[in-house]
Amino acid sequence: MSDAKAVADRLAKVKRLNALLTPLKDLRKSLAAQSAAARPTGVLYGMPVVAKDNICTLEFTTSCGSRILEGYRSPYDATAIAKLKAAGAVIAGKTNCDEFAMGSSTEHSAYGRVLHPLDKTRVPGGSSGGSAALVGAGAVPAALGSETGGSVRQPASFCGVVGIKPTYGRVSRYGLVAFGSSLDQIGVFGRSVHDAARVLSVISGRDPRDATCEDRDPLRLPTVPESLQGFVVGLPREYFPPELDPAVRRACERAIRLMKEQGAAVREVSLPHTAYAVPTYYVIAPAEASSNLARFDGVRYGPRFNGSADVRALYRSTRGQGFGPEVRRRILVGTYVLSSGYYDAYYRRAQQMRALIAQDFRNVFDRGVDLLFTPTTPTPAFKAGEKLGDPIAMYLSDIFTVTANLAGLPAMSIPIGRVKGLPIGGQFIGQAFLEDEMLEAAYALERVVPAEDEA
Amino acid sequence: MTWETVIGLETHVQLRTRSKMFCGCSTAFGAPPNTQVCPVCLGLPGALPVPNGAAIGLAVRAALALGCTVHPRSIFARKNYFYPDLPKGYQISQFDQPLATNGTLSFLSAERGVVNATIVRLHIEEDAGKSIHDRFAKATAVDLNRSGVPLIEIVGGPDLRSPAEARAYLQTLKQLLEYIGISDCDMEKGSLRVDANVSIRRAGETALNTRTEVKNINAFSFVEKALSVEHDRQIALVESGGTVTQQTMLYDAKENTVRPQRSKEESHDYRYFPEPDLPPLILTPEFVAEQQSELPELPAAKRDRFMASYALSREHATVVTSSRAVAEYYESVVRAGAEAQAAANWVMTEALADAKDHQEQLRVTPDALAKIVALVKGGTLSNQAAKKVFTEVAAKGGDPRTIAESLGLIQVADANVIEGWVTDVMADHPSEVERYKKGETKLMPFFVGQLMRKSKGKADPKLAQRVLEAKLSV
Repeated sequence: MSDAKAVADRLAKVKRLNALLTPLKDLRKSLAAQSAAARPTGVLYGMPVVAKDNICTLEFTTSCGSRILEGYRSPYDATAIAKLKAAGAVIAGKTNCDEFAMGSSTEHSAYGRVLHPLDKTRVPGGSSGGSAALVGAGAVPAALGSETGGSVRQPASFCGVVGIKPTYGRVSRYGLVAFGSSLDQIGVFGRSVHDAARVLSVISGRDPRDATCEDRDPLRLPTVPESLQGFVVGLPREYFPPELDPAVRRACERAIRLMKEQGAAVREVSLPHTAYAVPTYYVIAPAEASSNLARFDGVRYGPRFNGSADVRALYRSTRGQGFGPEVRRRILVGTYVLSSGYYDAYYRRAQQMRALIAQDFRNVFDRGVDLLFTPTTPTPAFKAGEKLGDPIAMYLSDIFTVTANLAGLPAMSIPIGRVKGLPIGGQFIGQAFLEDEMLEAAYALERVVPAEDEA
Repeated sequence: MTWETVIGLETHVQLRTRSKMFCGCSTAFGAPPNTQVCPVCLGLPGALPVPNGAAIGLAVRAALALGCTVHPRSIFARKNYFYPDLPKGYQISQFDQPLATNGTLSFLSAERGVVNATIVRLHIEEDAGKSIHDRFAKATAVDLNRSGVPLIEIVGGPDLRSPAEARAYLQTLKQLLEYIGISDCDMEKGSLRVDANVSIRRAGETALNTRTEVKNINAFSFVEKALSVEHDRQIALVESGGTVTQQTMLYDAKENTVRPQRSKEESHDYRYFPEPDLPPLILTPEFVAEQQSELPELPAAKRDRFMASYALSREHATVVTSSRAVAEYYESVVRAGAEAQAAANWVMTEALADAKDHQEQLRVTPDALAKIVALVKGGTLSNQAAKKVFTEVAAKGGDPRTIAESLGLIQVADANVIEGWVTDVMADHPSEVERYKKGETKLMPFFVGQLMRKSKGKADPKLAQRVLEAKLSV
């Protein structure tokens, strides 16, 4: 009981961030019940974990940051949630996010923007901004987010926490409200590599309810390596462009030096199709979204807007008023690129480009590179409102993260320094299903990098 | 001027599985609305489909039975459209890479003899729910029990030349699918549904003209009617100077008319794309071989074998193999010792007639029917008496000979007894005897008939005729 109270109190203290969507009264009640029911033998016994609002939970509503699912209660737990509960964790509420995970700043939520935990004038990143902000503010040790194009790593970088996106197929998507199904993965945030990895290990592994989830045992946690002797770290030159923020560059260079000092071999490599990643992503993700979001029509669940006798009018008013402008924009783009006559020019070509981008990575890994290191984002957290009127600028904040989603590879961000007090993230991109190697490198870097120091 | 009709059928067949295509919900027919549903088939947020292996096996069997090429790799695709009974806003189907392509269905056309119709493709998809418009005033109810039920769509080529051929094609297809047991093919329950593409052209032309799609043909008996109405409509339209436009026509069985579907009801662009929630469907050679081994002897092969092994005519063999149950019944009767042609005659007449009146149940066991056939052949029962025995055995069961005895139907083959009846008949009809003796031998059937009446049907007719001939010629 006292644990449950302490958890709720810590979350209450950061209410001003607008990161938690669950009302505190509901939360306290549920935490007490969950704590009483939690299995003491579980590996995460008593650990409070918050979950992004697009992950279905029996407790609390699952609104996806959208009006169209306001008050929606899922009749089932997502597989990841069920696995957390089975491991003794308590679900400490649902976190604010960009509507249906579409955004990079958590400004596109129907429930208001989330504040950066260190600077209220800035964004926490997105779309899993609420989860990142709560871990960054120290309110919870770990959180679930979801990634389609960087929605865990980018806010992790902005908020100075660890964020991991596993290999596509490592974690079940059952119960994750779909955005871009071929790109979506549930990811984790942690105060440390270890906290994040522990949670990832619990939620990973086979699930008969998700045909895209690989039939594999849960991820085994690696031990912290003595050194990075034997590791070959690739530095893709396309991720260090001339216009890269100088402080971000300095932080990356310092991290690279520290890895070398620990015995890693560092090699410059090239991923030549990188420039096409963002446009490719912004064809495939909206295409899948336009279909995935078709079910929100006001017929079976969620609010009906201006309920009319005519079903077409019902669709129009519910979807017109229920979805925000960014979601509507992507549904329109996605519908367009899948239309007969445009399919070949957009969707098919994007799929071809996606294959080339994945091949880029295989080529590098085939030549003896174990994993890649890059900045997670081109800049630290930007100001609220700064990119709201310019979708393209917003989309480009995911320029270093979308590739791993397109290629289905595991990737993570860890804090590697600060600029004017704002955190900077460094990104590892690993080989498919070799999260353990990626985590070893992250453990080694985390141990030596002065993440709180100016770069 | 003569017109030729060109018809191709698209047939949806519900696979006989216990659970749905992508979730574990029951497929049982007739449950209260929305009781066989779960997050997956309700399309709830976050739910994901998982393919039903049993359904895939049945679909492969259908493809193999139709001689299709079964592709080792096929792709599920989303067909996107908005409708209240389509909970996800898309139907999971297959599009440019279907399960199977390029098969054949041979059927007998009254006009053209044996026709080999092309099966263009066969693919797997899920059913939608059901919109119910007549349950509540001013509102539509939706029942999602059917949502996610496994279907195959079988697309036939434009190879049919008349509504009658369409019916024959569909009947042959239904027979085949029932044989291999993949579906109950019950049109009333919606487990067999057919849409038809119809166009007309002048006799001798080879190009295809603009076609219409006729929908809402929801009973077997409507197939020919609906297609006739549509081809008549197209001919009348063209002959009066109009042109056929590509559109969907809905058949109205009550009025026996077709009307164009309102454009609002039509979806113009389904925005197909590969279903990202499902990996490509990979079929191993072992899996396909296993499905092949599950196929029974198909109707055409069975018919040919019956013609060869039992010396039946094509017509008789066709009737006897009309369904797997009847064919198996026939063979059991023969195996039980009945003579092959006699057994066929009995199955085609008495057995099928009785089944028709009793929910398709073949009520007389093969053993009993074989005994009845033997009693006739051995002269113990007349044909007429045997039919009475059959009816009795069908209703109550039991041993045919015992029943024949208890009904007093055993044929009398004792020449002395028959002679007594002949004497009586001749005494009763002196003038006919006179006429016969003067050469009017065509009266023999009259005497036989009288004698059968006198003997209450028990006299052996052949022996009776011989005795009559002997007595009358004295």
